[in-house]
Parts: sequence; structure tokens; C-alpha cells
Amino acid sequence: MKLLDSLRFRIAAIFHRSQLSAEMEDELRSHIQHRADDLERSGLLRAEAERRARLEFGGQARFKEECHEAAGGTFIESLYKDLRFAFRMLRKSPAFTAVAVVTLAVAIGANAVVFGVLNALILRPLNVPQAQSLYAIERGSDKAINHSYPDYLDLRERNRSFDDLAAYNVVSVGLDTGNNPSGAWLLEVTGNYFDALGIQPYLGRFFHGSDERGPNSAPYIVLTYAYWHSHFQEDRGVVGRTVQLNKLPFTILGVAPPEFRGTLSFVFPDFWVPIVNQEQVEGLNVLNDRGNRGILMILGHLKAGVTPSQAVADLNSIGSYLEKTYPKDDGQMTFSLTRPGLTGDWFGGPLRAFLTGLMLLAGLILLAACANLGSLFAARAADRSREVALRLALGSTRLRILRQLFTEALLISLIGGAAGLWGSVVLLHALSVWQPLPTAPLQIPVNPDANVYGVALLLSLASGFLFGAVPVRQVLRTDPYPVIKSGSTAAMGRRITVRDLLLVAQIAICAVLVTSSLVAVRGLMRSLHSSFGFEPQNAMLVETALNMAGYSVDQTPAMQKRMIDALQTIPGVKSVGSVDRLPLYYGANGANVFTDKTTDMRPANVAAEAVVYNISPGYFDAAGTTLLAGRTFTWHDDKSAPRVAVINRQFASKIFGSATSALGGYFKVKDGSRIRVVGIVEDGKYGSLSEDPQPAMFFPILQSPSIQMCLVVRSNGPSNGPSNGLSQNGSRSNSWSASNDPQQLVSAIKNKVTDLDRGLPVTIRTWNQELESALFASRMATLSLGVLGAMGAMLSITGIFGLAAYSVSKRRRELGIRMALGAQPKEVLQAALGRAFQLLAFGSAAGLLLGILASRVLATIVYQATPRDPLVLAGVVLAMALFGLLATWIPAQRALSLDPVILLREE
Amino acid sequence: MTDPVQILPGTLDLLILRAVSLGPLHGYGVLLRIGQISGHALLIEQGALYPGLFRLVRQGLLKASWGTSENNRRAKFYELTAAGRKRLREETENWNRLATAIGAALASQPEEA
Repeated sequence: MKLLDSLRFRIAAIFHRSQLSAEMEDELRSHIQHRADDLERSGLLRAEAERRARLEFGGQARFKEECHEAAGGTFIESLYKDLRFAFRMLRKSPAFTAVAVVTLAVAIGANAVVFGVLNALILRPLNVPQAQSLYAIERGSDKAINHSYPDYLDLRERNRSFDDLAAYNVVSVGLDTGNNPSGAWLLEVTGNYFDALGIQPYLGRFFHGSDERGPNSAPYIVLTYAYWHSHFQEDRGVVGRTVQLNKLPFTILGVAPPEFRGTLSFVFPDFWVPIVNQEQVEGLNVLNDRGNRGILMILGHLKAGVTPSQAVADLNSIGSYLEKTYPKDDGQMTFSLTRPGLTGDWFGGPLRAFLTGLMLLAGLILLAACANLGSLFAARAADRSREVALRLALGSTRLRILRQLFTEALLISLIGGAAGLWGSVVLLHALSVWQPLPTAPLQIPVNPDANVYGVALLLSLASGFLFGAVPVRQVLRTDPYPVIKSGSTAAMGRRITVRDLLLVAQIAICAVLVTSSLVAVRGLMRSLHSSFGFEPQNAMLVETALNMAGYSVDQTPAMQKRMIDALQTIPGVKSVGSVDRLPLYYGANGANVFTDKTTDMRPANVAAEAVVYNISPGYFDAAGTTLLAGRTFTWHDDKSAPRVAVINRQFASKIFGSATSALGGYFKVKDGSRIRVVGIVEDGKYGSLSEDPQPAMFFPILQSPSIQMCLVVRSNGPSNGPSNGLSQNGSRSNSWSASNDPQQLVSAIKNKVTDLDRGLPVTIRTWNQELESALFASRMATLSLGVLGAMGAMLSITGIFGLAAYSVSKRRRELGIRMALGAQPKEVLQAALGRAFQLLAFGSAAGLLLGILASRVLATIVYQATPRDPLVLAGVVLAMALFGLLATWIPAQRALSLDPVILLREE
Repeated sequence: MTDPVQILPGTLDLLILRAVSLGPLHGYGVLLRIGQISGHALLIEQGALYPGLFRLVRQGLLKASWGTSENNRRAKFYELTAAGRKRLREETENWNRLATAIGAALASQPEEA
């Protein structure tokens, strides 16, 4: 009787007490009274007169509704009524409502999160005035964002397209504000940086181009608002105060406004320092070295009326001038423009591609969810066909019924959307304050803004309309008379229904998601098990920024030797070595290599570009790099000895043809010096895990000293803590022993270093921890794909379950008859669930094919992500079959437990 | 008296305007007035009057106010607005043209067609 109840409620809802209704009621009552007065006058008793008057008047409810419509109050009012009715209908089937809301919340939440990240990192411009005309300059066909300072000066002075060009570089320093020295991240910027960007100081003043008067002429600091807040407690007296930066006095000039946090979207510096003081900040000055391309990034506002392509042409003409004028240093000098903030296309490109791909997948999730809900709605509409028919018979218009159904769909989608948005906002806020890497100021500033809310609302509405539209045809076709007569919709004769198609589409989408997440997971697993060219297990990294402690380049090798010797004496330490820059960390330094026969060291004659490392003797032992032939360095490979190098196998085969001919051979570097190859080591990963084998060369620190250094300490025992994420490949670790307790080792190392120099800041961590940063991108990629894949799996299970359960419940009678006629369980199952499995197989096959195509996008981020992997293919097929089995288990049990006798008696 | 005929769709508004043009009326009064001026030849469902009244009020052709009826009962009275008066004139003219045309068409002889 729930149908009649709902109708009564519906009629009651019409009598709701709005101003208009009350007045209308009065008016109709007045009419009936007047009529009754007349009838009474003609001789009837009052009671009879009133009864007759009411009868003559006709259906009050209908006229009232018509009056409402005529009075124009109808839309809002019937919306309100529809909403109340929808609420009541949803409350009546809590399971359906819960499933629908949760499905949508998850799907819309996923979209909101992905969009939030996309919005923050890619769509939202940097927070500077006129961000639309701000561009960064990239160089060459591989879109490098690093430039040399002299090149920058030429570009700045010679271009006619930019208002001004500024440049900046990310550096870490030691800052002592009076009590405790601590590490800090800063942007080394050109003097015109703030003026070129159009930023005004929040407090004090900024430095300007006029402050640059030669090396170390501008020892100034401009603080970010956040750093001022956290380290100076917003003390307005900081302006003019002197602090110790790398033990050198720098004056705080001012504080930047809170909304300006540098010119990178994901790295927020602590303060800014003029780049002319590079020597004080970094320990060496490369501002005069045209061939030294650090990571100096250039950006500027285009002049009004200049298009990007005009600017590129302008820059390229400067480029060809530079190529001609400085053939030794400037190779391919073509330029292109890109959006600033994501360090150009080498990072921004893959990120953009990946996030777009992710957005696409999230969109697919939402589509799958809509397909899922659409078929649920269609099933519900079929179940409610009696109600619909009755309402039609009572004079409701089809439009009115459709509006009611859409209201219900939209209500669900809005509730689901709100829940999803809430979840995603929580997640995005958490992401924003998260510092994923302990060693770098990396941030994911993805706080949701109006765009995110807008998109979530739009998606909710769109999906509501989408799945609400599925049962429309069903309602439009409803013919009230047979439905009311026969009691239920008779056999659905059509072979392929909309619901079937929806399910196939949904399963296909889910199979795509499952495929891509499996591809990503496989890729990550491979990258974890591939050879890095070093062994992170049982290795500790000791970073002592000598530049922060006031050492100059010439002093460093001696200090490094003393440290290495000291650490070597710690019991349990097997070997110690140093390297200037860790592989897989902040990219690799490249240098041009020439064959021994080359005399003209111009870029056109380059034989190869090789990654350069300056290492101490003992580094290969400490790092666990295998020496294939020859020898490693000794402390006798110093300035007085002939220059030597160890190269990797790739270098050997590329320059010399083979390892055997390389040993003892010579090659040249840019300054023309001949270098003899004394050893050959295995290939490794230098820039990123997903790179192809690259040539690499290693120089002894005594011959090419470097201010930067990282000590690698290899111990006997397990040096990584139990909480380490990479411990699964720790098969090679020895048994744990008390003498090799990592904590003891760390404090022993600390003691040894402070014995040598009290003021030296030291950070110690395991190499595995360090690798987190190298693996960060593919980890995040795998995680997000895994989550989406899990969602896809969930949706496909609920979708198949819904169809199977529905078809079993609809066909109980038929199944009962079959069983009564002697059908075996197998045949019953075939009849009940055969369709579901057919659809599953079809959808999975389609999805697998699409997934293989889609996975090509993944290959750019996830190392060795290839979909043509038999394990992945088998995994997808197995997973989908498992989902099918899981989802049909309960309906199958239900089908088998049918009792034909009871069933046949029931109807 | 012949049986009353069902009114043509769309003509109710015109009848209401005409009825009210003779002086303010409440709903039941409009019904009585239409019966009176049409010689009780038209059949109007009592309730169907009200959607028409509301529609005309919304269109600004009628204005309504509560008052006391001749039976000493509270009732809502309707009267024509200036726009309503204008509309009544136009619609009357239209109706007359239509009626004349249809009358002429129906009165025509077969050979003239």
C-alpha cells in the first residue's frame, strides 16, 4: 500500500500552508458558501445545500493546482513538492539511496581531487599581476629551462619583446638568525626580479637592478611572508636587521606580500637573495661562465601587443647571434616560451600529460558511476511502473512525472556531490600542508578554490541529469491501462536493453581503469627492482654543506679527506666515499665530451654529452657500484698527476666502441684537456629512473674539486630502519646485530663530524630514504592510478551485482518453473546469470583493448609501463573474472535456494 | 430553453473579462453574471473558473481585493484594470470578426465554393 500512501502524501503536500494556498482555500470556500446560500434559498437544508455545492464545484485539488500554475507560483512550489516527495521516496529505500550516494560521492570526490590538483598546478596562473602575459623561456629542441647568466644578460639587453626579463635559481643555504643555524631554501634572483614581476613589498623595501654593482655587492635578503611569520613571529623590526647567511652578514630589506610565494608552483622558498652574491650563497661564482648552465630560469612579461610567436622570433634572432659569437659555449640557441611555474616542459609536460590522463580516468569513473546509477534507476522505474501508471491514470502529465524522477536523480546527485566535495576538500587541504619529501621544500599547494566547487557542482548536476535520463523512455512509453490491469510489466521482449548497454560500457570503463593501474603498478615494481648502478641498502648519506660553513672551493678536498678518514674509523663501517651530487637527485650535471682527435671544441663537434660526478677514492665501494675493468681512484690522483677518469659502460661503447678499447684510452673535455680512462663501471640511473642508459664519467675530487659533497657510508649491518618503504628488496641485508644499530651509527657519524668542525650543519639519512624523492613521481602516479583502479573495480562489482540480483529477483517465477520441471542447478544458474557473464566478458574485452591504448600515456611517467605485458593482461582478465564471480555470488546463491513450490503458490 | 453548450476553449477568459467589465464581482458572482448575460446557454464547470481568474490577475488584466458580499460573507472581488479594459475591446473585436467569418463560411452555398 505504499503506493496509495505516497499518493496521499502527495495530495497532502499540495495543501501546504503557503500564503497563496491559504488565500485560495478561503476563496474556494467562499464560493461554495455563496452557492450553498443560493441552494438553501431554493429550499434545501443547509447541510444538504453545502454538500451539493461541494459536489457541483468539482475536484478542488485539481483546480487548486491549476490555480497555482495560473498564478505563476508553480515552479518553485512544485519543485518544493517534488523535493519533499523525493526525500520521502529515498528515505523509503535506504539501501538504494546509500549505494547511490556513496557511488556518486566517491566518483565526484575523485574528480574534484584530480581537478583540484590540475587546477592548482596547471590552470591557476602564478600569483603575480598580469599573469597572462608572463612567460618563461626554454632553450633548444629538448626544451631546457636552464640558461647561463651571460646568455641571460644578452637576452635581456637585446630583446625587444619583453618589458623586462628576470632570472632565478633555487638554492639551499645555512641561515643563522642569532641563535640556531638551520638550513633554508631561497631563490637567487636578478636584481630586477620584483620589479619585472610587479610585486610590491608588504614591509620594508625590495632590492632593485640598481643594487647590483658586481659580485657580492648586494648582501640583501627579502623574506617571504610565511618565513617571516614562522621564524620572526611577524616582528616588524626585522627590516634592517643583519643575519648570518653561510656565516656571512646579510641585511633583511623587507617582506614580500603573503600571496606571493616565488615563481615556482610547487617549491616555496624561504627568502630571496640577489644573484650577484652567488659566490657567498653557493660558494662559487659561475656568473661569468657562458657555458655553465646551472638552473637559471628566465621569465618576463611580454610587452603589450607582442604575441608569443613574435617574441620567439625575436629571441631566436638573438640566439643565432649568440651561436655565431660564442661558438664554443652556445650550441643550439633556439627558444620557445612556456608558462612559468612548473620549471618548463621537462617537468610540466609530463605532469600536464599525466594529470590530463588522470582527469580523463576520473571522468570515466564518473561515467561508469552514472551508468551504474542509470541502470539502478531504470530498474527502479520499472518497479515503480504501477505507481507511474496510476498517476497517469489519475490525470498527472508525463512531464510532471518525469520532473519528479529528475528531481529524485538530482537530489541524489547533489547529496552525493556534496559528500564527495567535502571529502575532496579535506584531502586537498591535507595535500596542501603535506611536505612529501623531508629533504626538499616540495609542496603541493592544491587548496580548493571556487573553480573546484564550481566543477563539483556542475559534475553533480550533469551526472544527475545523465543517470536520471535513463528511465525517461520507459516512462514515456508507459501505458497506464495494461499495467494496472496485469499488475506488473510483462516480459521484456527486447534482446538488448539500454541497461545491458550501460553495463557493458561500465564494465569496459572499469576494465580500462584496472588495466592502467595494473600497468602502473608493474612499472613501479620493475623500477624498484632495476639496477640503479648503486646499492642503496646499508648505505647512509651524510650531507655537510661546506658552503654553509664558510669553506671555499679550494679548502674542500682536504676537509673531505679528513672527514672520510674519520668516518672510516667507526666500527662496523665498511667503506666511505664522497660524491658531489647524488645520482637520481635534482637531475644530473651534464658536460660535453670530445674524442681525443678533436681540436676545435665547438658544440658541433661534441661526441657525446655525459653526466659528470666528482668523487673521492672509495666512492664506488661505498656506493656499491661494480667496477668492471681497470682501477678506481686513489688519493694520489691529485693536481700534480695526469688527469684521469672512470667511465661507465655506456660511455665506453659510445666513445670508444667497446670496454676493452676504452681502458687506457683518452678523451677530451671542453677546456681541451686530455683525460685518460683508468676504469670502467657498470651503467646506472642518473637523472631519473625512467631514463635510457646514459654515458657517465667520474673525476677524482682532488683534480676537480667541488664545494658540494655528500658522504656515502656503507656499513655491515642493516642501516635502514624497519619503517623504510623499500625494505621489500632487502633480501641482501645481513642479519641485524647490536653493533650496527642504525641509531648508534648515526650518532657516531655526528660525533666524528662535529669533532672536526663544530659549526658544520650535518644531515644524515639512509640512501633508501633519499630515494623516496626519486621515486616520488612514480609512487604518486601509481598510488593515484591504484586508487582509481580500486574505484573502477568497486563500481564494476556493484554494477554486475545490481544486474544479477535484479534479474534473479525478476525471474524468480520463471526459475521456479524451470526447477519444478527438473532443471539442474547448472542450468538454473545459466538461465539466471548467463546474461550477466556474457556482458561481463564483452565489456572486459573492450575495456582491455582500450586500456592498452590508454596506457601509452602512462609510459611517460611510469618507468617501463608497457601494457603488452602478459602478466598485466592475465591480471586484468583474472581480476575481471574474479569481480564477476564475487558480484554474482549472492544472486547465484539466491537463485539456487529458490523453492519452486512456494514460488508457484505465491502468485 | 435548450441545454447549455460547453464553451469553446479559450473563450472563458473573454467571458470573465466581459462579466467583470460591468462592475466588480466575486468568483461566484462572475459565474452568475455569465449565466445571466449569456441567457444561461453556456455550461461552465464551477471550479474551472478560478484558474482563469488567477491567470487574468497574473497577466495584470484583473485586480483583486477582499471585501464583503451581499450575503454578508467574506469574498474576493475582481475588477478590470486599464489593460483589462483594452484587452476586452480587442478580444471582442477579434471574436466578432471570427464569428462573422465562420458564420459566412457556414452559410455559404455549395456551388459558390
